[in-house]
Amino acid sequence: MLILECPYCGVKAEETELAAGGEAHLKRFGPGSDDNDFHDYLFMRENPKGVHFERWRHANGCGKWFHAARCTTTLEVFGTYAAQTYEPPQEIKDKITAKRPGWSWREFSDASE
Amino acid sequence: MSNPVTATNGAQFSGIATVADVGLQGMITLRGDLSSKPLAAAVKAATGTEVPAQGTILVVEGGAAAWMSPDELLLLVPYEQAVAKTAELTKALKGEHALAANVSDARSFFQITGDGAREVLAKISPVDLSPEAFVAGDFRRSRTAQVAAAFWLQDDGSFRVVCFRSVGAYMFGLLSTAAHPQSAVGVY
Ligand SMILES: [Zn+2]
Repeated sequence: MLILECPYCGVKAEETELAAGGEAHLKRFGPGSDDNDFHDYLFMRENPKGVHFERWRHANGCGKWFHAARCTTTLEVFGTYAAQTYEPPQEIKDKITAKRPGWSWREFSDASE
Repeated sequence: MSNPVTATNGAQFSGIATVADVGLQGMITLRGDLSSKPLAAAVKAATGTEVPAQGTILVVEGGAAAWMSPDELLLLVPYEQAVAKTAELTKALKGEHALAANVSDARSFFQITGDGAREVLAKISPVDLSPEAFVAGDFRRSRTAQVAAAFWLQDDGSFRVVCFRSVGAYMFGLLSTAAHPQSAVGVY
């Protein structure tokens, strides 16, 4: 069972109170964009064994979207953060680095390297 | 004139706790900037309470205000005054980025009283309802079995549960089943 703290309510929400929203920090390629970019935006997703970033919605709660950083292998949660950002905050990256030195995910990685 | 009734029309059930349809309750959804002074003044005028802190409800005689999300409150007012108070809120918040909507008839409202009240709710919701974790004045939006609900603990140890009217009958059946006389678990 997954428990994520909603950054808006401060509530430790259990998985059934949440709705999964897929991968985080996707850059949208819409009308007028290159076919390959559009294809990748629609279909290409990370499937990591380890550090992962996701979108979740506190559906049975405040209704807000937020982000979560967690490990797909151990289900360890590194932290949750607001939806209004294009990348994970430094504080979250530091928490991941402390636990998983040398991690990387898409364009983000252990900044200490 | 129409004769307003609730979805379960005063239904009641007694087991390890007593579950009852509380009857018609004025409810106003208020969205806006919860730190704004005009909003705080409008909430005070409508309900008699301050703006509640995150995850709590403030209850006074004849009114209450509950924290629903960082930009939303649920205001409880007498049923007959809901239309007028919604209009007053709209007027008071003119120029603010805010919205008041009378949702009284879109909701069902129940109470759970008696020693087993905490247990009845704990059986159907993924919330820590232990006496240390959930205290009087705490307000939580969550899930009760298959439907969304909001609930809080009153000073007298009874719970109030709010859900959509469309699932009012389901909620009464659910609470009654959880309150079955032979269903005591005895955790709390
Ligand atoms: Zn939330």
